[in-house]
Amino acid sequence: MSEAKRPRLAVWKFASCDGCQLSLLDCEDELLALAGAIEIANFPEASSAISDGPYDLSLVEGSITTPHDAERIQMVREQSKFLVTIGACATAGGIQALRNFADVNEFISVVYASPHYIKTLETSTAIADHIPVDYELHGCPINKMQLVEVISAFIAGRKPAIASHSVCVECKQRGTVCVMVQGTPCLGPVTHAGCGAICPAYRRGCYGCYGPMEDPNTAALAREWQQLGKTPRDVQHAFRTYNAGAEAFLKEGQAHGN
Amino acid sequence: MTEAAKSVISIDGLQALIDALAAKNYQIMGPTVHDGAIIYDAITKTADLPAGWTDRQDGGRYRLERRDDDALFGYVVGPHSWKQFLHPAKETLWKASRGADGIVVTAEEPSPQKFAFIGVRSCELAAIAVQDKVFLEGPYLDVPYAERRKDNFIVAVNCGEAGGTCFCVSMQTGPKADAGYDVALTELHHNGAHEFLVEVGSEAGAALMQEVPHRQASDEQISAAEAAVANATNQMGRTLDTNGLKELLQGNANHPQWDAVAERCLSCGNCTMVCPTCFCTTVDDHSDLSGDNAERVRKWDSCFTLDFSYIHGGSVRTATRSRYRQWMTHKLASWYDQFGTSGCVGCGRCITWCPVGIDITEEAAAIRAAPMTDKEKPNERP
Ligand code: SF4
Ligand code: SF4
Ligand code: SF4
Ligand code: SF4
Ligand code: SF4
Repeated sequence: MSEAKRPRLAVWKFASCDGCQLSLLDCEDELLALAGAIEIANFPEASSAISDGPYDLSLVEGSITTPHDAERIQMVREQSKFLVTIGACATAGGIQALRNFADVNEFISVVYASPHYIKTLETSTAIADHIPVDYELHGCPINKMQLVEVISAFIAGRKPAIASHSVCVECKQRGTVCVMVQGTPCLGPVTHAGCGAICPAYRRGCYGCYGPMEDPNTAALAREWQQLGKTPRDVQHAFRTYNAGAEAFLKEGQAHGN
Repeated sequence: MTEAAKSVISIDGLQALIDALAAKNYQIMGPTVHDGAIIYDAITKTADLPAGWTDRQDGGRYRLERRDDDALFGYVVGPHSWKQFLHPAKETLWKASRGADGIVVTAEEPSPQKFAFIGVRSCELAAIAVQDKVFLEGPYLDVPYAERRKDNFIVAVNCGEAGGTCFCVSMQTGPKADAGYDVALTELHHNGAHEFLVEVGSEAGAALMQEVPHRQASDEQISAAEAAVANATNQMGRTLDTNGLKELLQGNANHPQWDAVAERCLSCGNCTMVCPTCFCTTVDDHSDLSGDNAERVRKWDSCFTLDFSYIHGGSVRTATRSRYRQWMTHKLASWYDQFGTSGCVGCGRCITWCPVGIDITEEAAAIRAAPMTDKEKPNERP
């Protein structure tokens, strides 16, 4: 591919831990091919050389938690032809969306010595709540091979081969013995695939890092969790982690009291 | 085979049988304990087998328990099936690369390894026969399946006990193996001896037995083996009334029971993944970052995913009721239209490994108990 035709990539950070964008740098085997296929025009975590937009592909990490970021995301959209949100923060508000269930001013007064310096929103929300998004890549953190797949698909102009069914399908493809049927509650049946069903392979129930799957029956799973001895509070906590703000998990969390 | 073909081997004889297969370069797969379950994996010795273990199974529930004897096959089928070797969960079909000489496409080379399976239950033989029909008969041969299925050596085991979710008697697929094996074993604990009655089912089986120390079975041992199978027959954990079942299900496409089950069903796909006859796959096409290399990967798919019925414009089966109905009516009804046989062999895996314990036999019974009358039936399927 000639230099002139290489698509220009920008990577943006909002409220997040950097883990998802760093998975791009973690793609050691693919990094050279990536640099050959795409012009990394704006990626402050990787290089201080930043060139101006517009960009062909923007990867957006993080959620919107401040008035400033709510404006900045509009600017990102304007400069981006194709915009992909990466990770639970960007697609669902992240773990920081737990603030949505509490009074954020109370937190501020407890945490900060000079609370009046803090300008923050009441909520942590997904990028798609603010701007149109072209593709969402789920996960906390995202799976780096899925990120490579999304970028490869973008370059080839094809649809990424990324499934939105349950974690169970991956779990069975891997040959793992189901922990839920052996008595350990698992969120896999309502969780979006993508991680490769790591936790059940290590005899843990799924924690729901990839958010709701395509058609989650959270109510039926919550009933089964209670059959396995979990309290409504346990169920609420299970649905309120990295994807607490994702609609299906949000509703199921609300359905179970403290 | 005649009664005279029946012989008896000891545990050492079973080891000799495994060794004889290894010497013939078979890749030997058999049951073994892993992560609190009896799975299928590579084995080399009788000590790899789950001696003294049994399984307790029910809807959405599986536990291993100690037996009070040291039986090597004192359990039934677990989370795995032989499908994972014959029709693996993931395989690359071909790769393509673009170079100076244009585009070169290379098909994946089949592995030269031939499989020997130890401990195949009667219901599983029936399941393999069903997949043979799907993949090897009709106008389209599945080449990778045919390669892996070639020259298999099958050591069947007749069940002496049935599991909590087994219903092979209803499906007429067990518990005694009657075809599709090279040798069949029945485990005997008789007069203080721990031995196996051997029935030979093929020329390859007869040839192998030449290399295995054995003696002729006594009438007593033959009746002990029959008693063991009769014991399993009387212990079926589930039953399914198959009388007119195809017509019943196909005539009740709008039965309210489909809504009732959809309320509990997670659409997780576990039932189809564990089912030894479910054969559906999807293919993923990948290109790499350079755009110079591509590959096509085939993976197990399930009629419980939305992508499964995706056609231009959207998925056909968006509601869980229609996906559960697809699964159950395919297994128990439309499989007959498609392949002339039942798609269910009564192994019970879909019941045990459903995280919420949905039971195909109960669902069928619920529709049978209150079928829709002609007046209740709308003219069209939704
Ligand atoms: S362990 Fe969890 S993810 Fe795996 S099949 Fe069971 S319920 Fe699904
Ligand atoms: S279904 Fe029948 S053949 Fe299969 S494991 Fe159970 S008893 Fe054995
Ligand atoms: S039940 Fe579903 S997954 Fe199984 S063979 Fe039929 S359509 Fe395929
Ligand atoms: S439908 Fe269920 S019981 Fe029948 S063969 Fe498949 S997994 Fe076994
Ligand atoms: S019947 Fe059970 S295993 Fe099958 S999709 Fe529904 S919940 Fe999952």
